[in-house]
Amino acid sequence: MNCQAVIHELSNFIDGELDGAMKLELERHFKDCEDCRLVVDQTKKTIEIFCDCEPVELPSDVRVRLHDALRRKLKEATH
Amino acid sequence: MLCANFKVETIGEGRKLSPLIFLSTPNPHRLASKVAREDEHLLVAAAKSGDVAAFEELVSRYERKIFRLTMNITGNREDAEDAMQDAFLKSFSHLKDFQGDSRFYTWLVRIAANEALMRLRKRRPNQFSLDEPIASDEDLMPRELQDWGPGPEQRFAQTEMREILSGVIEQLEPEYRMVFVLRDIEELSTEDAASALGLSVPAVKSRLLRARLKLREKLNRYFQQGGAN
Repeated sequence: MNCQAVIHELSNFIDGELDGAMKLELERHFKDCEDCRLVVDQTKKTIEIFCDCEPVELPSDVRVRLHDALRRKLKEATH
Repeated sequence: MLCANFKVETIGEGRKLSPLIFLSTPNPHRLASKVAREDEHLLVAAAKSGDVAAFEELVSRYERKIFRLTMNITGNREDAEDAMQDAFLKSFSHLKDFQGDSRFYTWLVRIAANEALMRLRKRRPNQFSLDEPIASDEDLMPRELQDWGPGPEQRFAQTEMREILSGVIEQLEPEYRMVFVLRDIEELSTEDAASALGLSVPAVKSRLLRARLKLREKLNRYFQQGGAN
């Protein structure tokens, strides 16, 4: 398996969507290919950094307007 | 055809709005979201039976994430706020239709993504199409290959890291950014992201791979040891 074929399957590998044989083949490639190993590790890290991010607080004016609209809607629905 | 525009710096009143302006730095308390996930179905069941407080709790729980999502898609605060509000109101109106075969949050994200996309299409029609075929795989091979060392993100202060992440994702082409946001930030399944965007599963997978590789390459500039940090 060459590097281009490995990169093509990178997302499937990271997401655990490869069958056993293909997964083994990629793992074997990573053992021998420092460049592909670097790419897979750094791509995983990239996802992890974005995925681990939590949004900051909603701006207070936006939150007030949202909950006002919600209360009006809930009031309508319960009357 | 699904068309939208992501030239955020030219949208609205000319203000430059960073799509991930509300993105914070890594959260050390991810366990809390797992706990929240476990009782979500109880809140949904209570809300469905008319418990208004339960629905308000769901809104309070997800309002920040939904606003981040609509900001990411519209790049415009006014549209993002409208899309978020309508998403919550519609989810309440259609709560009886929610069958519980996915997480409530996933269902909510799909509604919010749709609301945000509609506003984007209205504001800037025909600017780009999510349906456009992507380039061949030939240019997929990564070029920037430098060691990042352990914990590269820890070398930056919180605010600096926030700016870096906002900056790199903002540079991503919209057809890749949309998919990355839904799959890797909002954690939708490939099928749910495909359904929300009106794309096929292979198209989502193809765009996601490219998005991830492009973001890795953009972060490389900051994370490479002895690099531009």
